[in-house]
Parts: sequence; C-alpha cells; structure tokens
Amino acid sequence: MLPILGRLLILGSLLAATAGAVLGFVAGRTLSLDGLKWARRFAYLYAALIVLAGLLMEAALLGHDFSVSYVAQVGSRQVPTWVTIVSLWSSLEGSILFWGVVLGIYIAIATFLTRGRYSEYQPDAIGVWLATAAFFSFLIAGPANPFQTMPNPPLDGPGPNPLLQNHALMAIHPPFLYLGYVGMTIPFGFACAALLKGRLGHALLKPLRESLMLPWIFQSIAIMLGGWWAYEVLGWGGYWAWDPVENASLLPWLTATAALHSIMVVERRGILKGWTITLVQSTFLLVILGTFMTRSGVFNSVHSFTQSAIGPTILVFLGAALLFTVALLAFRIDKLEVEGRLEGAASREAMFLVNNLLFVLLTFTVLIGTVFPLIVEAVKGKQMSVGRPYFDSMVVPVGAALLFLLGVGPALPWGRATRDQMAKALVPPLTGAALFALIGYAAGVRNAWSLITLAFGGYAAQVTIAQMFVPMLQRIKRGDSAAGAFIDGQLRRGRRRFGSYIVHGAVVVVIIAIAVSSSMRQTTELTFSKGQTHKASGFDITLTRVEEKREPHRFMTIGHFDVGRGGRHLTTLEPRMNQYQMMRDPIGSPDVYTTPVRDLYLSLANIDPVAQTATITVYESPMIVWIWIAVIIMGIGGLIALIPAGVGSA
Amino acid sequence: MNESEKMRRKTRWFMLGAFVVAGIAFAVIAVSGINKNLVYYWTPSDLRGAGDKAYGATIRLGGMVTPGSIKKLGGTAVEFEVHDATQRVPVKTSSVPPQMFRENIGVVVEGTMVRGGYFQSNRLMVSHNNEYKPPAKGHPVDQKELRKMIESTEGLKDD
Repeated sequence: MLPILGRLLILGSLLAATAGAVLGFVAGRTLSLDGLKWARRFAYLYAALIVLAGLLMEAALLGHDFSVSYVAQVGSRQVPTWVTIVSLWSSLEGSILFWGVVLGIYIAIATFLTRGRYSEYQPDAIGVWLATAAFFSFLIAGPANPFQTMPNPPLDGPGPNPLLQNHALMAIHPPFLYLGYVGMTIPFGFACAALLKGRLGHALLKPLRESLMLPWIFQSIAIMLGGWWAYEVLGWGGYWAWDPVENASLLPWLTATAALHSIMVVERRGILKGWTITLVQSTFLLVILGTFMTRSGVFNSVHSFTQSAIGPTILVFLGAALLFTVALLAFRIDKLEVEGRLEGAASREAMFLVNNLLFVLLTFTVLIGTVFPLIVEAVKGKQMSVGRPYFDSMVVPVGAALLFLLGVGPALPWGRATRDQMAKALVPPLTGAALFALIGYAAGVRNAWSLITLAFGGYAAQVTIAQMFVPMLQRIKRGDSAAGAFIDGQLRRGRRRFGSYIVHGAVVVVIIAIAVSSSMRQTTELTFSKGQTHKASGFDITLTRVEEKREPHRFMTIGHFDVGRGGRHLTTLEPRMNQYQMMRDPIGSPDVYTTPVRDLYLSLANIDPVAQTATITVYESPMIVWIWIAVIIMGIGGLIALIPAGVGSA
Repeated sequence: MNESEKMRRKTRWFMLGAFVVAGIAFAVIAVSGINKNLVYYWTPSDLRGAGDKAYGATIRLGGMVTPGSIKKLGGTAVEFEVHDATQRVPVKTSSVPPQMFRENIGVVVEGTMVRGGYFQSNRLMVSHNNEYKPPAKGHPVDQKELRKMIESTEGLKDD
C-alpha cells in the first residue's frame, strides 16, 4: 500500500513540476498574469507533493515497513532511532528523494518571497526551478525509485553503511550539504531569467545575491562538517584528502564565492554583469556535475556506473543544462548593457576582478584534477587517480594569493586612488603582517608557505578589523555615543558590511589554521602492552586496558588510554575497533583530545583483547579546532550580512 | 565609430588575448602537474607488464597475500608477497599492518618498485569492500574482482 502511495506522490510531483515549468516559460513570453499565477500554484503543489513523499518515506523507515524497497535496502530494526531517521539520505535512492524535498522547500519559499515583485523575471525563474524539479522527480519516479514494492518483504534489513552510523556528524552533514547544493538552483533561475529577458536590472541584484548567499552559508558549513566527520571517523588524522567526493562539494562553493564578490561590482559600478551571471550558472552546473560524480558511482568504476540508469540520466540532464546555458549566454549576453567602466588597476574593483580570476583558476585546477582520471579511464580503459601533491602544489599558491587580496582589496578605495591615498591604505597593515609572522616563528613555525600565510593573514586581519568598524567610528566622531554608534553603524545600516568583514576575519583564521596544522603535524606509531607508557609529542600515553563490548548492532574492542602531560592526568581516550553485523571486516574509530592549542589524535592500527596489547598511530596537530570554529563564525557572519538592512531599524 | 569606441575595442581584444595566453599557460602547468602526480591502479600482472615504468611511479598495487609469505621484520615493518592469477610481487612495508591483515586476503599497498626488486610501500590497506569475496581455496584469482577491490579500497590517504 505504502509503496503505491509513494509512487503516486512522486508522479503527481512530476506532473505539477512539468505543468508549472511550461506555464512559467509561456507566461515569460506572453506576460500573462494568469499564467504566472498558475505557475506559482503549481510550484506550491510540487513542493507539497514532494515533501509529503519525503515524509512518507520517513514514516516507512520508522515503521520498518520492509515492503518499501528503500527500507529493505537501508533499514534495520537493530539500529538506534536517529540512525533510522537519517537513513533517508544514507543511500542513493533516498538521497535523491531528499534532493527533491529540499528543492521543493526552496522553490516554495523563493516563489512566496518573490510573489508580486520582480514580475519581469519571476515567470522564467519559476520555469527554470520547476524544470529542474521535473528532472529530479523523473529520476525518482524512474531510475532511482525508492518506492518499489518488495514482493517478499524481508523481516529485517542490513541498516545503512556502518561508516555512516559511526558518528553523529553524519546526521547533520548531508542536510547542510543539500541545503547548500540544492539552493544554488534558485539563483540559477534568476540568472537564466535575466538572460532570457536580456536585462539584469538593479532590482534583480538583491534576490540574486540573497538567494546565492543563503546556500553559500550552508555549503560553507557543510564542507567543514564533511572534513570534521572524516577527521573524527576515518582515522588517518586528516580532514581533507582531495577525494572526488570532497572536491565535488568544493567546486560550486568556489564559483559561488566568486559570484558573491562580483555581484558587488555590478552593484557599485554596473560592470561584470555577464560575468556574474556566468558564475552563477557555472555554480549550478557544478552542482549537477557534483551530484553526478557522487551519486552515480562513477568513481568506483567508469564501467559499473552504466549498470544503473541513474548516472547516465544525470549526465544527460547535465548536458542539456550546459547546452541551455551556453546557448543562452551566446545569444543574450550582448543584451546586458554595461553602465560603468573599470577605473584603474589599483582600485577596489580591479582587486575584485583579480579575486574572481583566482577563484576561477582554483575551480579549474580542482576540476581538472578530479575529472582527469575519469576521462583517461573512459578513453584508454586505464585506472589511476591524481595524487594529493598535484592539488597541494597548485592550490597553496593560489590560496596564498587570495589571502593577500583579502588584505589589499578592502584597504583600497573604490574608483581611482591617488598615490597618497594608496600609501595611507596599504602601509599600516604591514604591522599586522610582521606581528603574525613573528608570533608564528616564535611558536616554532618554520615552513615557508606557513610563514607567508601568517604574514598575509596578519595583514588581512588588521585591514579587516579596521574596515569592520569604520561606520561605528564615523558615528562616534560625529558625536554619537559608543553604544548607539555600534548599534546603528554595525547592526542596522552597516549590517551587511559588518557581516561581510566577520566572514573575512573568519576566513583568515581558517586559512592560518589549515596552513599551521598541516605543516606542523607530528605522527608517531606506538605499540603498547597493558600498563605500558610511551611518550609522544610531549604527552605521556598509557594503555590501561583493552575492553570488549557488545551493542545490538555492533561488537567493539576498545583501547583505554590515559593521557597526561608533566605528571598531570589530562584525559582518557578510547579509540576502538567496531565489528558491524553486516560487515566482514572491522572499522576503526579514532579518539581525539582537543584543546585550543593542539589536538592529540589516537587511531588504532591493531588491538588484541586476549594479549591486552594495542598498536596506535598518534597524530599531534596544532590549531585544528579553529578550522571548525571559524567556519561556523563564517556562517554567522554570512547570516548577519544576509538579513536585509531594513529589518530591526524601524 | 569614434575614437573612444576604437580604443575600447582595442582594449577588449588585448584583454581577450591576455586571457587566452594566461589560460594556455595555466593548462600547461596543470597538465604537467597532473602527469607528475598520477597514481596508477595496478595488479601484479600490470606491474610486471609495465617494465621500467614501475620504478619510481606511484602505484596502488592490489593482490592477494600469498600463504606462507608473511615475515615480520624489525619494528613495525612487514615483508610479504602479493599475487594475482599469473604474477607475484614481493612487498616490504613500513606501516603497521591493520587488524585483519592475514594470508589469502585482498590487500592494496601504495608505493613504488625499487631497484632491489621488491615493492616498497608506506601504506597497507585491507579491502573494506563488503561485496568483494576472496576466491575459494584452489581457485584462480579473478582479475576483474581484483580490479574492483583496488578501486574501492577507501582510506588509502596520504599524510
């Protein structure tokens, strides 16, 4: 019964999305208000049906209804309830349904918020959103159907992939990722609408910026959560390996970040319109490419991905979207009138241009390194991957250059600057640069790139803090009270600026933490017998005992380690091996002692409960925790910048 | 067409040219960077077939651990042999063997061939793939299955 109801909901959503998309595009040509009204209604209908389908799947999972194919595939009576709830996005079919659900919510909200406004752009935007929605509903209805009826329902299922059950971060990383990924559809719709109309007026910049900013915030946090999950679960002491899956989440983030900057140039100077639209569209195309790369299994094998229709179907959609975008750009980009011009090489807008070029360069670097093995395998049938040194050697210099711009750009004024103005703006932050580099050197940083990063970071930090409080200081100079100046200058009228500089400040922290933690990591391999103490990275580590523990869905072998420093007990770490019922081989879980200065990370290589011995790898890396904290602050800064300036000032 | 329009066109072409040159330069750097950092996924047969190419190249070698070949060296180092249907390759690794390392299990080692005639590895991974089943005793190794295992083994990450 339940599978049939699910399939009906999906078919209904497919019809609603298709009808709405057609009506939207027709209304965009005929300017029919009735057509637009109905397109909006179909948008809400699509959202309602797909969200219901998602809720139905959750009900089936929670009710252990193994007559639903997806439940039979990932459900299990043995796993905790939270694992059952997050199973919706733990496997292929469910995650594509989740894609549709998130898209439905985004489309409903975007349609509601833009109702009665932007009537010039809304029909086409709805058309594009619902065309995308129709594709995903088609995917769910056909190749990736999670609502198939199991003729002989099993009594129990295997449960989701154990690696995903191993840490609670898996419950929140995918929703954030989808909120980021899927949300990029909304600005894509606006960008296409602008091209279809041949006009990117000032009115459209606000919804374009805001609809890009929100998913950007989610995406930033999602990338961090993914790294954090890898760090806490995979046991190799790092958080980023330039894995295709990781790269897929980074690529659209890079172009979205570039677009958020170029939109400001459009606002201020009326230039870079076509460029900005291209960036927004590329972001969406990279999202679809990323969905293809991660959801089709193509990285496990180019040949096995054709065994399921999902990969080829997404590939066809990617091709169609690319063709649509390129054709749209080719025919309409000349219509976008340029209102201003670039003033000088040493102006803020010129720095924005360089920033954009560097982001695009980074995107290409990562894209080529990610796709290259696929192309070689498809053409020559040989299997290989691109090693980490390629990414590191290409990305580190570009990243450093971007950090440099993050200091210099905001220091320079818009338009032409005199020599005197430039000196005044660019010389003082050298103090911050020297200060950060010296502190780093005193703390033992010797790696050249890390010292450069610290210097650029110090420069950027000083500029950021100075710029952040400009509005407040202006008001104090005028005679306002400090509190009043803060509220008006930072939180009300200057809120967008304040939020943006919070993001910049957090980015400085993230980049420094990445540089220092990766260049100063220490690794030691140690073998313990019970009661034995070893020294590693200044810590005294003692194996107190090896314990075996049974839980309903897994069997654990746990090493209990006392960690101390200078005779003082600090903490107890419990790295473990997990044997899941449905897995042949055990999976290790590391354990981490986190402090503001450094992380101590223990990962089991070998453990023997009978002999009470264990071999561990000890990783000591400074500043790791600041990566997670600073990315969350980035998100908060983004939210502050996103709240419209009018709110709260009345 | 007035003068400023002409200038603008000229600048436009100049900028386009600069972009093309920069793009080509970038492509050359990127492709050479990729070529220097390729990691090959090979079976013992591929490795033997590659001849001199195997020396110095980064290789992810996948095969079965030959029974009776595991020898503990000093410290954490281990020496063993991996084989597929037709070829065998001696391996020395400095990394701690993982929990389930044993004879007749599928492993993936990352490293390179050295002139001493063995494969020097700094990473040893046992397949986590549930779908992969090692061949029953006495049956030849299925090369296709082996390839699948090499591709699917996760966690082989660099430091």
